[in-house]
Amino acid sequence: MKRANLQLDEHGRLRHLLTIEGLKRQQIIAILDAAESFISVGDQQVRKVPLLRGKTVVNLFFEASTRTLTTFELAAKRLSADVLKININTSATVKGESLLDMLRNLEAMQCDMFIVRHGDSGAAHLIAQHVAPHISVLNAGDGRHAHPTQALLDMFTIRRHKGEFAPLTVAIVGDVMHSRVARSQIHALTTLGISDLRVVAPKTLIPTQVENLGVHIYHDMKEGLRNADVVIMLRLQKERMQGALLPSEQEYFQDYGLTEEKLQVAKDDAIVMHPGPINRGVEIDSEVADGPRSVILEQVSNGIAVRMAVMSMVLGRAPIETGGEGEA
Amino acid sequence: MQQLIDDIAADLGRKFKQDFADDFAIEDALMIGIHTGGVWLAERLHEALGIKQPLGKLDISFYRDDFSRIGMNPQVKPSQLPTSVDDAHIILVDDVLHTGRTIRAALNEIFDYGRPATVTLAVLAERSGRELPIQADVVGKHFQLGTHEHIKLTGPDPLQLEVVEAP
Repeated sequence: MKRANLQLDEHGRLRHLLTIEGLKRQQIIAILDAAESFISVGDQQVRKVPLLRGKTVVNLFFEASTRTLTTFELAAKRLSADVLKININTSATVKGESLLDMLRNLEAMQCDMFIVRHGDSGAAHLIAQHVAPHISVLNAGDGRHAHPTQALLDMFTIRRHKGEFAPLTVAIVGDVMHSRVARSQIHALTTLGISDLRVVAPKTLIPTQVENLGVHIYHDMKEGLRNADVVIMLRLQKERMQGALLPSEQEYFQDYGLTEEKLQVAKDDAIVMHPGPINRGVEIDSEVADGPRSVILEQVSNGIAVRMAVMSMVLGRAPIETGGEGEA
Repeated sequence: MQQLIDDIAADLGRKFKQDFADDFAIEDALMIGIHTGGVWLAERLHEALGIKQPLGKLDISFYRDDFSRIGMNPQVKPSQLPTSVDDAHIILVDDVLHTGRTIRAALNEIFDYGRPATVTLAVLAERSGRELPIQADVVGKHFQLGTHEHIKLTGPDPLQLEVVEAP
């Protein structure tokens, strides 16, 4: 439990965002509600609000990323924060400086937030345990463990299309084994109380004991998609696979690739999601990815608003002793 | 209350006549209410004046000057400006004008949406305690209050003003 509590401050407010685990339903809803207000900032001629003026946000990406890195950077800039991007490949860690020494140096430069992506599970937790008290850490993906802001933007996208979570049937399809996105989505969806959460994948791509998280397992795709309101496709993470987990990409597409034909069994108004980047013709057919039920690009835009919400909430924790309300 | 709202509407009509004569009709103005009390009042003025464009609503939480002191407002609502503010004649509506900081924030937010032609400020109540050089063009009622007294607007139905002792 210590790990989950690490992300809350002494008053129970979100200080870091490391994982969805341990967040209460109201906390998730509060983030989604705030994100709703940040959407309108995108409609402004000047797409900026002055909330985090004078704050410095550092992107620490130890692993390649385009969407997540870019939308975090845009989110920070739309909040008027200053953003640093540390290029890890050319930075001093290569010269033998330890991670914690690098953090001390960044702290000495008066940074306020670290956004961390790392190939090892638990990397963001480790950093959160060692930063100075005024600094917040956001996990932008750690190994196979968690990708909480992705799950939150997915919840936000689902809510915009479907309203209430409780009556929904959601199918998460594909490489659940290697997916930190799926793990965070499962925690978010069960916390939000959806009625039927399904995981659809070949046996080799389903982690052991995933059923303990409250999901129903399907190995047949059409059975798994039947009457689904939301279909979430996962990227086949070939780079994380060792040995022969799969026959071939063609056969995988045959059985688990999303096509219009397979999608027929889902509800008529089902939406199709994918965290990106998509492998066309491997886990999803182009016709579906670019089709009318796809909300894949909407997920990307929503990611900006959701990340703005999380950043302003963790850095916008009022000093508790101040009792005075703002004046009209 | 109805009398107050009628008076504000009449004053706004007179002011637009005076400023624009026949060049611009108040029905073509863009009315914007500030959440939450300002929106309640704006809804009534919007109807009373027969304004054609839909009502705009502004939540100034992201533009407040005390974010580092009071933090993120958990009740923040989306701002909705239905039409472009560029070259618009805006009637900005709030419930109580006190320090002037809310209006400063609202003006900043409006200018991030575009460049209005004019902004006219109408408030239900004005009280002492200004901290910025901001004045309303149309005021429903003036109050001289001590620092420990506050004006509270409850609503939307019925809309009521009361003076309360601050704790």
